[in-house]
Amino acid sequence: MWGGTIIHIYDMLVTALKRILRGGFVSFYRNSVVSVAAILVVTITLFVIGSLLMSRAVLGYSLNQLKDKVDVNVYFNLNAPEDKIAALKASLEALPEVASVEYVSKAVALDNFKKRHESDYLTLQAIEELGENPLGDALNIKAKETSQYESIAKFLGGDNAIAKDNKTIIDRVNYYQNKSVIDKLNSIIVSGKKLGVAVTLVLIVISLIITFNTIRLIIFISRDEISVMRLVGASNIYIRGPFMVGGILYGLISSIITMGIFYPVTLWLGRNATNFLGGLNLFHYYAENFFQIFLIMFVSGSILGAISAYLAVRKYLNT
Amino acid sequence: MIYFDRVTKIYPADDSKALDNISLTISKGEFVSIVGYSGAGKTTLIKMLLAEEKPTEGVVFFESIDINKLTNAEMSRYRRHIGVVFQDFRLLPDKTTYENIAFAMEAAGKDDEEIAADVPHVLELVDLGNKMFNFPHQLSGGEKQRVAIARAIINQPDVIVADEPTGNLDPINANEVIQILKKINDLGTTVILTTHNKGVIDSIGKRVVTLDNGKITRDDKKGAYAL
Repeated sequence: MWGGTIIHIYDMLVTALKRILRGGFVSFYRNSVVSVAAILVVTITLFVIGSLLMSRAVLGYSLNQLKDKVDVNVYFNLNAPEDKIAALKASLEALPEVASVEYVSKAVALDNFKKRHESDYLTLQAIEELGENPLGDALNIKAKETSQYESIAKFLGGDNAIAKDNKTIIDRVNYYQNKSVIDKLNSIIVSGKKLGVAVTLVLIVISLIITFNTIRLIIFISRDEISVMRLVGASNIYIRGPFMVGGILYGLISSIITMGIFYPVTLWLGRNATNFLGGLNLFHYYAENFFQIFLIMFVSGSILGAISAYLAVRKYLNT
Repeated sequence: MIYFDRVTKIYPADDSKALDNISLTISKGEFVSIVGYSGAGKTTLIKMLLAEEKPTEGVVFFESIDINKLTNAEMSRYRRHIGVVFQDFRLLPDKTTYENIAFAMEAAGKDDEEIAADVPHVLELVDLGNKMFNFPHQLSGGEKQRVAIARAIINQPDVIVADEPTGNLDPINANEVIQILKKINDLGTTVILTTHNKGVIDSIGKRVVTLDNGKITRDDKKGAYAL
């Protein structure tokens, strides 16, 4: 007997869901002018959200490029033994802040120096005159975050056993010469990120308000219908459901249209503005993250549509 | 069956009494016409019964239930006991004749087979079998009102409430609508009708409640239009 009841309830739920879906589709199709208007507004919202996603990618990429140019170099005395340098390298690599440590031997350092000064004849001649390599071995240290260089530099100049042990072989650490540049870069990165978040939030809030109000207007047009539905005894979910289905459809179609618009836009930007955008080819970014971006758009568009419809109908259900 | 117990309604906007201490009993199977000038309180009385408005004082009972104490879900179920017909038809504009009536059945949780069987049947009853797939804007006033009546009776309600159903119709269509309502009443359904059409009232020859300034001034068992 219980089985029968459960099957009956299940059938009723399936029927109700089917009717809500059909109601949503049919009124979406029959009110095509209204649907087009809503899709236009949701598309604009999604376009703003999508552009923000991409500009954040550009910003993040450029900041990473900048960050990548920063490192701290430890220069060793000319007679520093290689095994000690290797030991120091290992212990640096064990630090959680350190992303990578690169060992540059004196021979490589000299080659680099010569390459850098290949048009500076006087300097090259001076090196030749010297007869031996005046440069010591070095370690190039990259931190995971620019703000962590200070602690790495402190570690190298501190009182811990490793630092003390290596004091005799370290000639100098160039962090302190570069400190002001690194600090400035760090503050640019931090404020760049903050500004990005603030602009994103403001634009998203504005577009949400516009979309919400558009859907509210659409449902305002249907307020008499809603009152009739109530009078014939339709339950709240049965009245609300089709409007929410409509909202989800607006989100789905708008996200497809927005992805379509982004194709030529990013293609053009990828061809013409890659250098301007810090070297990130937006079209590649779009193509590589297509499904992820589409999913974000679809989910945010349809949730936005459904929630707006839910809230807007509520007003007419509670009177 | 329906009982208004000392019901007063004051609209906050104009502070006047739309209904003033009304007590009224309507029994099962009655045909009650409520007459009165515009602003006498007819529509307010109907809105009280449909729980579209809450009384400022007093209680409205359906059977033994205080209808203003119903929850949202109970309210939907309660409204399925009452079929409503309005002066302005109030059909769903983007649904066909068939879908308008089917909607009331779907709302009541009827299954698809039942809907497919009953809707054409009720449309035949109101003589609209050939307009099943027309939208409301493709129908005349009289046809719209017959769709509204078909929608009101489809779930076999206990009560039909018709608020000025003939207000927008010519005499021939008006008469047709009244005849349908009388037929429904003959089959045992309680009918509550508001109107200020003298001819309509006189042709029915049943109970007439006269409202004036929110008060019941007459209640005649076999009344005629007396304003």
